[in-house]
Amino acid sequence: MSSADKPFAITLDVGSSLANHTGSWRTERPVYVRKTAPCGGACPAGEDVQQWLYDAEEGGYEAAWRKIMERNPFPSVCGRVCYHPCETACNRAQLDEAVGINSVERFLGDQAIAEGWTIEPPRELTGKRILVVGAGPAGLSAAYHLALLGHTVSVRDAAPAAGGMLRYGIPKYRLPRDVLDAEIGRIRDLGVSFELSHNVPDVVAEKHSGDFDAVFLAVGARLGSRTYIPAGSAARVIDAISLLRDVEAGSAGPPQLGRRVAVYGGGNTAMDAARTAKRLGADDSVVIYRRTRDRMPAHESELMEALQEGITVKWLSTITRADSGRLTVEKMVLDEDGRPQGTGEFEELDADTLVLATGQQTDLSLVDGVDGITVEDTCVTVDANLMTGREGIFAGGDVTPTERTATVAIGHGRRAALGIDRWLRGIVAPGGATVSDSASETGIGPAPMSEEVQFPALNSWYYSDAPHAVRPQLEAARRASTFDEVVQGLDESTALFEARRCMSCGNCLACDNCYGVCPDNAVIKLDPPGAYAYAFDLDFCKGCGLCAQECPCGAIEMQPEQI
Amino acid sequence: MTPADPTGTRLKFFQTGSFAAGNRLLDAEQRSVQASPERANAITCGHRACQGCGEALGARYALDAAMRATGGDLIAANATGCLEVFSTPYPESSWQLPWIHSLFGNAPAVATGVAAALRAKGNTHTRVVGQGGDGGTVDIGMACLSGMFERGDDVLYICYDNEAYMNTGVQRSGATPEAARTSTTQAVGEEPGAPWGQGKNAALIALAHEIPYVATATIGDLRDLERKVQSAMEIRGARYIHLLVTCPLGWGSPSSDSIKLARLATETGLFPVWEGERGDIVSVSKIRRLQPVEEYLKLQTRFRHLFSPTRRDDVIARIQAKADRNIERFGLLEVDSEELEHSEEQELRLEGGS
Repeated sequence: MSSADKPFAITLDVGSSLANHTGSWRTERPVYVRKTAPCGGACPAGEDVQQWLYDAEEGGYEAAWRKIMERNPFPSVCGRVCYHPCETACNRAQLDEAVGINSVERFLGDQAIAEGWTIEPPRELTGKRILVVGAGPAGLSAAYHLALLGHTVSVRDAAPAAGGMLRYGIPKYRLPRDVLDAEIGRIRDLGVSFELSHNVPDVVAEKHSGDFDAVFLAVGARLGSRTYIPAGSAARVIDAISLLRDVEAGSAGPPQLGRRVAVYGGGNTAMDAARTAKRLGADDSVVIYRRTRDRMPAHESELMEALQEGITVKWLSTITRADSGRLTVEKMVLDEDGRPQGTGEFEELDADTLVLATGQQTDLSLVDGVDGITVEDTCVTVDANLMTGREGIFAGGDVTPTERTATVAIGHGRRAALGIDRWLRGIVAPGGATVSDSASETGIGPAPMSEEVQFPALNSWYYSDAPHAVRPQLEAARRASTFDEVVQGLDESTALFEARRCMSCGNCLACDNCYGVCPDNAVIKLDPPGAYAYAFDLDFCKGCGLCAQECPCGAIEMQPEQI
Repeated sequence: MTPADPTGTRLKFFQTGSFAAGNRLLDAEQRSVQASPERANAITCGHRACQGCGEALGARYALDAAMRATGGDLIAANATGCLEVFSTPYPESSWQLPWIHSLFGNAPAVATGVAAALRAKGNTHTRVVGQGGDGGTVDIGMACLSGMFERGDDVLYICYDNEAYMNTGVQRSGATPEAARTSTTQAVGEEPGAPWGQGKNAALIALAHEIPYVATATIGDLRDLERKVQSAMEIRGARYIHLLVTCPLGWGSPSSDSIKLARLATETGLFPVWEGERGDIVSVSKIRRLQPVEEYLKLQTRFRHLFSPTRRDDVIARIQAKADRNIERFGLLEVDSEELEHSEEQELRLEGGS
């Protein structure tokens, strides 16, 4: 167009500012990142909690359940018995209250059982044979993951039923057996064979005779430690582990404890034993503990539920003598180092039965004299892949030095399965399981994830405050007299409500905020989403950093441009 | 939060949703205009605004909402100022709607003229927006604006208030806050920065004209702003929105803090966000997390002289007193319990039901 064709005083054609690539102004560029949310970082079973909550928020319960099952074959069990370190780590606690992750997990686990969701067995088998000794949480978890990796797994256990401490140590009122059976059933359906009531006296002989390529030792700590207490001949003293086992499997019916029961110890097993005694008909169930409440190893929720059921606790007390129907108890004080010291002040306490809940020990006679296997402080020494000093023999759960909880054992099972698989394939991985092992492959954004996201990295303005959905609790009286389940699960709407409280720490939750707040329209919404839901248009992004600052979940980072 | 809100500002997701632009868990119509890939992008990429410019952002927020409300049938008249300079260096333009540049002080009159021309041509569907910065609106354009209000012309006028003449080099305007350093109010003397007892509140002046609709808003609350633009476009006659927009250059703040500062301006009580109809204030946005003014001031170098080399607690206290007066005067803190209950019910329904 010549200037003659243009209106008065106009000499140039109209242009668009799109010709002006303002991206050249930039000194820093925004980058979408994926970081570890504290919940997943804290999960002993390695669950990518944030990722499965992401699915649950949308009502995608089956997808959420499958994400849990990538790591942990026991969502329904863990939804009941796990002490949920995820919730302790949850950043939301700094805004209002932690997300009730455990309740949602339980809801998903129960939903899976109700809907009959199953896990597909692997298409191809490796032909490798693995022996798992011990059908507790570590052994079962290892068997599950090994089976998914295509190995042929045989689980052997001395008890008549699988479950280990989940069955013989955790009372029914905390873990109903139909739930346990359903989740073990799924492992069986993967083709894992169970040989129960089968004692393994010598692990090397067992490995040889069965022609196994590798062994995973997970026999747990099934012996009660007996603290020496001078006792009269007629005194009735039992250990808590035997009590809990007999309640589950005793051929002589439930143990007779009498009207007054004293439990010695301050751990979770002491709580279980005291609460079980109450359910077996004891009028008085007293826990005797040497230290103070703040030093008690039992989890607060266990103690609270016990106290609500009418269990009493005698703090700062030791038992110095047990006689028929009567205990002698000494008052203690804590010294400067927090150790209990006797005061010389004694009192007598009526008790028909004394239950010792003073710790559990391993029985490692099956590795006695095995070359290469080191036992220290009654625990087997293992490397990062959970292999013992003997090639091909792995160990995990309570037989190794670790915190003794079901979820830790489940995590060990998976780590051992990965370790065994690597060893069988000849892959050297001295570091054991890596960060990428804990990032869900199916999440938004590429794994592996980088460091954990702390609360200040979030923009909490965008999260509205919300009350915690509390699990309705059975009436204390009703709970104390039966073995009905104590903590009720969430219904669907409450579970959804709870899942949506997740702040999605360090992981994009597709809230469109970056897309909205960019003054330069330099955020592109991807449809369908690629690795992330959005991308940056670096032709126009000036690098102001507003998107990163206003990202609710800390999933955008500003990185210096290479100039 | 404001009462009776059909467009979803009240909607609270526990995760995000009420404050973030969108939420994948919400139906598309419950998300903000800015969350939509179909938004008009009234001011598109390549404009020359500074990094983190609150005005560029605010203009897109407001005009995209107006474009949606009018189905894209919209004309904008723009006063001289940053917004015009950075968007339209001849012959380039970032505007993706019919747009006319006027003088510094006559944008309201030009908008009036556009509306009158449309009326003369029998066009009842095309709507008109006038817009300018605080200099062009609060100072230079005040007479034209007041005339537009007084005549009741069918124009929505939006003032993008960044609290000084930023385009020409940060000179004080009638909207510059007391004690702020500008190039014409240096941080010297007993009362450093912009003088006390001067300046004007353009939104209250607009309200005093008893026009159908007046509102204040900030770029810190996108959903509130979009709702107000929508409300304004549903009415005919003279309407006014006074939008606080951050200026990283003039305020001396990090470009990434633009939205945070707008939020702090309301959370401290320094910039009350309200809505008025025919002379009366009908709703007020409550402060969600009350902050002392210091939290707002200390992020901006235009207030640095209040903290160093000598801390001026007396001046900070005076600014705090101004915020406290706003809180008292506009009722920025009280929460109507009935309203709260209602919103919680609504929340539960939304959370649980979808």
